[in-house]
Amino acid sequence: MGATAMTSTNPAHLEYVLRLGDAALIHGQRLSEWCGQAPVLEEDLALANMALDFVGQARMLLSHAGTLEGKGRDEDTLAFLRHEGQYRNPTLCEMPNTDFAHTMIKGFLLGSFNLLMWSRLCGSSDKALAAIAAKSLKEARYHAEHTGDWVIRLGDGTEESHRRAQAALDMLWPYTNELFAANPTDDAAAAAGVGPAWSDLAEDWEKAVLPVLKHATLTVPARTPFQTYGKFGRHSEHLGHLLAVMQHLPRSFPGATW
Amino acid sequence: MERKEWPLWEIFVRSKNGLDHKHCGSVHATDARMALQVARDVYTRRQEGVSIWAVKASDIVASDPDAKPELFDPAEDKIYRHPTFYKLPDEVDHM
Repeated sequence: MGATAMTSTNPAHLEYVLRLGDAALIHGQRLSEWCGQAPVLEEDLALANMALDFVGQARMLLSHAGTLEGKGRDEDTLAFLRHEGQYRNPTLCEMPNTDFAHTMIKGFLLGSFNLLMWSRLCGSSDKALAAIAAKSLKEARYHAEHTGDWVIRLGDGTEESHRRAQAALDMLWPYTNELFAANPTDDAAAAAGVGPAWSDLAEDWEKAVLPVLKHATLTVPARTPFQTYGKFGRHSEHLGHLLAVMQHLPRSFPGATW
Repeated sequence: MERKEWPLWEIFVRSKNGLDHKHCGSVHATDARMALQVARDVYTRRQEGVSIWAVKASDIVASDPDAKPELFDPAEDKIYRHPTFYKLPDEVDHM
C-alpha cells in the first residue's frame, strides 16, 4: 500500500493520536445519548451538535491513527471493532451522564482541556494532526463557552441546580487527575514534537477552569491521590456498557451501510 | 401548575454579508448569550448564516391585528403610490 510512507515507526506517536481519537469518540458517544432526552429542545440540538463535532474529530483522528499504524485498519474498524482494553480514552470521558449537570460539568472540564490541547497541537510536527487541530480548535472554543456558561448558570442558579452541579463536580473532579498524570507515551510524543505532554497543560487548565467554578459559586474539591488509567486501557465498569450499545450495529451487521 | 418558561427570543439570521437579517423563528433561552448560542445551534447548523440577531420577544412592539382596517385598508385604493406609472430609462428598469 502507498500509505507505508506515512506510517510512524514511533509507537508513542500512534498511541498519542489514538488516545485523542478515543477521547473524542467516547465523549461524543456519551453526548449523543442526550438526543431526544435533553431538558429543552434548544439544548437537545446543542448537545447533538457537540456530539457530532466530537464524532467528526474522532473520524479524522482514528483515520489518521490507522494510517500511522499501517495495518489497513480504517476509522470504522478502530471505532467499532476493538475490545474495551484497547480503547485509550481517559476514564472521565466514559463517565455516565447521570443528569444534565454532570454532562455540563464534564463537558466543561474536558472542553477546557481540549481547547488548550488543540491550541498546542496546531504546531505539531505531524502535519496531518496539526490540520485536524486547526479545525477542531474552532469547535472546542464553542464547546468550552457553551458548557462554561451552563456551569455558571447551574452553579449560581437555584438551590437544586447548585446542589446537582456541586455533586457532579465532587464526583468528576478526581477523574481529572488522570488527564495530567505523567507517562512515557507523553514524554516520547513531546520529545518528537508530536504534541505536548498532557501534564504540561495542568497549570493553564486550572487557570481556565478555576475562575469559572468560582464564579459558579462551586467548591473545588481538594486533590486526592485517586488515579484512573483509561489512557492505558484500564477502564471503569461504564465503558463496556457504552461499547455494547455503540458497537452493536456494526458487529451484528458487518459492513452495513444506509 | 404554573409553567415557568424561559423568555422567548425572536431570531434573525443574515445568510451572507450584504443581505438583510431575516426572521427565521424563535428560541427559549435564559439570557442573551444563551439565546445566541442556541440560535446558532437551532438555525445555522446547515451553514444558513454568518450573523445572528436575537431580540427579546417581549421587547417587540407589534401592531394590533384588530387594527388592520384602519392601518392598512386605506392604502388599498392608492395604487398611484406604486412607482409603476413612471417611465424608467432602460438602464434602471429592474427596480
